[in-house]
Amino acid sequence: MPATVESQRRAMPVEGPVEGGTPVGRFGRFGGRFVSETLMGPLEALTAAYEEARRDPAFQAEIDRDLREFVGRPTPLYLAERLTRRAGGARIYLKREDLAHTGAHKINNTVGQAILAARMGKTRIIAETGAGQHGVATATVAARLGLECVVYMGAEDVRRQAPNVYRMKLLGAEVRPVESGTRTLKDALNEAMRDWVANVDDTFYIIGSVAGPHPYPTMVRDFQRVIGVEAREQIQAAEGRLPDAVVACVGGGSNAMGIFHPFLDDEGVALYGVEAGGEGLDSGRHAATLTAGRPGVLHGSRTYLMEDEHGQIIGTHSISAGLDYPGVGPEHSWLKETGRAQYRVITDAEALEAFHELCRYEGIIPALESAHAVAGAVRLARELGPSKVVVANLSGRGDKDIQTVAAQEGIQL
Amino acid sequence: MSRIAETFQRCRAAGRTALVPYITAGDPSPEATLELMRAAVAGGADVLELGVPFSDPMADGPVIQAACLRALEAGTTPAKVLEIVAAFRTEDTTTPVVLMGYANPLEAAGYEAFIRAAAEAGVDGLLTVDLPLEEAGEAAAAAREHGVDLIYLVAPNTTPERLDAICAAAGGFIYVVALKGVTGAANLDAEAVRRHVEAIRGATDLPLAIGFGVRDPASAALLAPVADGVVVGSALVQLIGDHGGAPDLADRLRDALGALRQAMDHARSGPREREEAP
Repeated sequence: MPATVESQRRAMPVEGPVEGGTPVGRFGRFGGRFVSETLMGPLEALTAAYEEARRDPAFQAEIDRDLREFVGRPTPLYLAERLTRRAGGARIYLKREDLAHTGAHKINNTVGQAILAARMGKTRIIAETGAGQHGVATATVAARLGLECVVYMGAEDVRRQAPNVYRMKLLGAEVRPVESGTRTLKDALNEAMRDWVANVDDTFYIIGSVAGPHPYPTMVRDFQRVIGVEAREQIQAAEGRLPDAVVACVGGGSNAMGIFHPFLDDEGVALYGVEAGGEGLDSGRHAATLTAGRPGVLHGSRTYLMEDEHGQIIGTHSISAGLDYPGVGPEHSWLKETGRAQYRVITDAEALEAFHELCRYEGIIPALESAHAVAGAVRLARELGPSKVVVANLSGRGDKDIQTVAAQEGIQL
Repeated sequence: MSRIAETFQRCRAAGRTALVPYITAGDPSPEATLELMRAAVAGGADVLELGVPFSDPMADGPVIQAACLRALEAGTTPAKVLEIVAAFRTEDTTTPVVLMGYANPLEAAGYEAFIRAAAEAGVDGLLTVDLPLEEAGEAAAAAREHGVDLIYLVAPNTTPERLDAICAAAGGFIYVVALKGVTGAANLDAEAVRRHVEAIRGATDLPLAIGFGVRDPASAALLAPVADGVVVGSALVQLIGDHGGAPDLADRLRDALGALRQAMDHARSGPREREEAP
């Protein structure tokens, strides 16, 4: 039975806004609303609109219908038998977000935010994108709702994710390459914020991760929670019990928050976030923010960051554009600090190995982001041993990455 | 009385609108900044706004983004910015210096430690773009403790409730954001700014300085009769970017300030008193 948004709400703690000189949207000491004054009004208006909408059964019903009929939810939970045998440990289940419309979990969030945008009377949508999956998911819902759409994408990412750039254009979106800074996701986010400040009257900014100022980390998590709600029901139907561990990759962290959140109160379920280890932690070329960073303020919230000793944001590296981000959603910082979730690192090489394993043993081409989660799941399955159960979030499919993988093998497509 | 309050009082008494130039500290190099500060004062600046460079200046347009990058590449750190201010203070004890920047370098240094060091260096005010009232608690406590004015932005879309709360917490002056957009944007509407300033006057006795979108002497002149101060940033930073390596950079900056000064004074005093302008 597909989970309704209403059933998602029951387990959701509400960090209600307390305005007027009091910090809002906190996860412990993380989160908040660190933005210039010009964005405070729009963020308050967005918070109020979202609070009102999520209590409206008609809004919930519209999202439920779109997730079912447009996105194709519920996505399956799939027992990866050959991967399990190969790993030689716990049974590995994959939550098949790669089968959602547009090929990744990102659409769960853009459907919700676009419906909210239309409800608020906005006619123009903007978004930032790294790997291009969020940009494609945004362009998709904008096309469907007849909204103008501009997607900011780092020039470096435009280069390495060319197929997704073309997909966005096919869907009617304008893709604006961002040449500032490191020309990746963080710079795209800066540029989208600048656009929003200037055009806030008619424009809705669809942030693609559980990052940014309040209410985005909470709102995006709410829209992604459907992943975990479904997985929790599905694993109980398949195994008659809850899993021993849930694994997901973490860049900004939306697919991980989405699958983790419904399990937060299940004490027996260990939660593992997998960060991008790039060329290894010692190389300095990685994006393992929670593992190797420290708390600071970026993109509107207090959270773990990759920064130098003077508080300047430093460049990150991952073979996966979607994980190549120097921040992380503030709720993950909180889960790390409270110990409820643990965060591990998978390198480029390990992710590539998992990518090939999943292709060859399961007939699934995973996104390079998701390949980090698969590698993490295989390692965990070995640690836990047989009779245990691991659920890994296969957050997206890998068609967009075949050029990158081919290039690693010296093959020109 | 603080240097900032004294300066605005002196300007008000003289029928003059304070000219507040912004330059990014360390652009083109930390060594060059002191001379540019001197030149700005020589050109007619009343308050100096010094940008503390940050890698991800979200509220700034492309001109100041590029300046931040140049300054960082030249090795500028928050500690170096304070050294520059301390050096300036040994020769100028009257011109207020306001630091403008972003929260994360302060988070890294620690709000208390940075603000204490800033006060010791002779910094008068601190404007942290992404520390709105709700997030400024720690900085505000340190600023109070060390006698630094915490300066807040007020935007065209700031609600009356927020305006009252901001004015109650603010020190030094109110920085009135002239438009919805980033620094250096082009959509300045002087009449809308005038109405906005009038609304803010009803909420505070603090001086009001207008910034974002003041591009040239003409736009500075439009705003001069409306406000207590006019902040000019991107236009000057552009000049520094264009002529960073030129031996006469400081002269160029002084002349640019002089032109702004003249246009603003002219706008305040009317055409008949034109000859009194410097």
